[in-house]
Amino acid sequence: MNQHLIILPILVPMVGALALLLMGKASFTTHRRISVSLTAALVLISLLLLNRAASGELTFYGLGNWNAPYGIVLMLDRLSALMLTLTAVLALGCILFASAGDDTKGSNFHGLFQLQLVGLNGAFLTGDLFNLFVFFEILLLASYALLMHGGGKARVGAGLHYVILNVAGSALFIIALGVLYGATGTLNMADMARRVATMSGDQAALVTAGALMLVVVFSLKAALLPLYFWLPRTYSAAPAPVAALFAIMTKVGLYAILRVQTMIFVDSPAAGGITAWLWWSGLATIVLAAVGVLAARDMRPLIAYLVLVSVGTLLAGAALGTTAATTALLYYLPHTTLICGALFLIAEMIGQQRGKAGTRLVRARRLHQRHLLGGLFLVAAVAVAGLPPLAGALGKLLLMQAAEGSARLWLWPLLLLAGLCALIAMSRAGSVFFWASYKGEVATGRISRAQLAGVVWLLASAPLLVIFGGPVSAYTQATAQQLANPQEPIRQLLGDDPTQQVVLFQNIIGDAP
Amino acid sequence: MEALFSLVVGVLSASGLYLLLRGRTFPVIVGLALLGYAVNLFLFSTGGLNTHAAAVIGESISPTDPLPQALVLTAIVIGFAMTAFVVILAIRARSELGSDHVDGQQGEEGDVGR
Repeated sequence: MNQHLIILPILVPMVGALALLLMGKASFTTHRRISVSLTAALVLISLLLLNRAASGELTFYGLGNWNAPYGIVLMLDRLSALMLTLTAVLALGCILFASAGDDTKGSNFHGLFQLQLVGLNGAFLTGDLFNLFVFFEILLLASYALLMHGGGKARVGAGLHYVILNVAGSALFIIALGVLYGATGTLNMADMARRVATMSGDQAALVTAGALMLVVVFSLKAALLPLYFWLPRTYSAAPAPVAALFAIMTKVGLYAILRVQTMIFVDSPAAGGITAWLWWSGLATIVLAAVGVLAARDMRPLIAYLVLVSVGTLLAGAALGTTAATTALLYYLPHTTLICGALFLIAEMIGQQRGKAGTRLVRARRLHQRHLLGGLFLVAAVAVAGLPPLAGALGKLLLMQAAEGSARLWLWPLLLLAGLCALIAMSRAGSVFFWASYKGEVATGRISRAQLAGVVWLLASAPLLVIFGGPVSAYTQATAQQLANPQEPIRQLLGDDPTQQVVLFQNIIGDAP
Repeated sequence: MEALFSLVVGVLSASGLYLLLRGRTFPVIVGLALLGYAVNLFLFSTGGLNTHAAAVIGESISPTDPLPQALVLTAIVIGFAMTAFVVILAIRARSELGSDHVDGQQGEEGDVGR
């Protein structure tokens, strides 16, 4: 059982998704119970895995008992365990919120939600590039359907762009995989890393091309500068719990970039190109997203642009490439993901109590539960703008400390100005929502307990990440060190003797018939 | 054979890209399908192009790499599902937005040739 624990984050939601899709006729209560308990189980499983990975132990799992480099391997290190836990925690908040009624607006919400979790968890666990592509497709297909949940003009319009862009992105993903497979003869990440390191001449040029194409694909998922235009419209059109779950989707792209950058292409000629591209696009993303935050006339696009600010910050941090920078960005990552998720949920609750005005930044009727909503909004705003005493400030501080030399000159002002823009935009939005209301009339509608539970569950991360700042940053530092030493997983997976493993298929000559 | 193969892949992807950049959903879907074909052919070729070579060791003198064939099969299945989804989505968009333009509006700037 212990040995098979690593595959449970994929199996549990997969079985759940199938069961939920098959019992379409059962009542919503049954669906909700199953979905919530499965997601809660997922939180427990990922905590167990986190505990295992925290000791520095690397776990490998050969699917179907086919050993690397021939079969597909799952790999659990500190980074995957962190991402799994983050996904499960975020998912639990979203599913609690959705159980208050958002799931009844269309069919099969819970089944699709679990399917999305299969894709996310699989992408975080796999150690094989083609398998990564397959899990990407699973999570994308589920996300297409979830985005369209409930229907409506805006969703279909945004969905069309999102789907077409991602199908084209998948085509580029396969081309990149084909180039890399043609050059290296393997798809296993560890094996590829070993072969890339000894490559020269024409083959090295092919590897560089393949690596850069992979990074373009992952940048599309992460929404980096020239490839982010789909994000604000998609995220603001999606139903609130789905938009909140999508907060992790950009981080899948970031995870994939971190993984290939630190493990496979660290010693290849592509490394310089990747770093330069990430750094300048990351900074430009911060600038444009900050402008978008100020320009947004509606709360939902505003939050979508805040997601973009965090994407830019994280990718610029990834470009720095030092252990300190990776430590900082991994500390900042869970915070920003959970808070952006919580903000989408809070915006939905505010919109529910403002009648026709919805989440638009205009004068409307007074909110029914303005003290409760105002309190939640205040906490989230402070957290997302990166003000002390919450974790956002700590994360940004760590990141700014990690920048050295001329990088400091670029990162510091941009990061601080983006924080200021977020602060201005959030205070303006807060003033409109809670103070600039018509006298007398009070809107109707109450927040249900499930909605509140979901939001509080996500918001609790902001103070908790500060209170447990010591252990968390120790963990992220250990993660950064583990990532900085990619030889260790490669050695553990493939053994010490590289020549024994390097057999290109083209060199195998079969017996004549 | 390599030259012909690469020419076919190149022409398919060029046509696919051109159609992908059109303003109406139908050409875009055809473009996606063409791009998918090009990608599958390309992936098939990554194991090296051989004639009279079985993908099973022992069946012919120089066996060909079976892995790209398995990958292409996976890619075809996924591509098929995606195309089906996009077609349904485009029909739905046509009925909900009242236009088959990808932006859901008729007569916009840049919508030439119609």
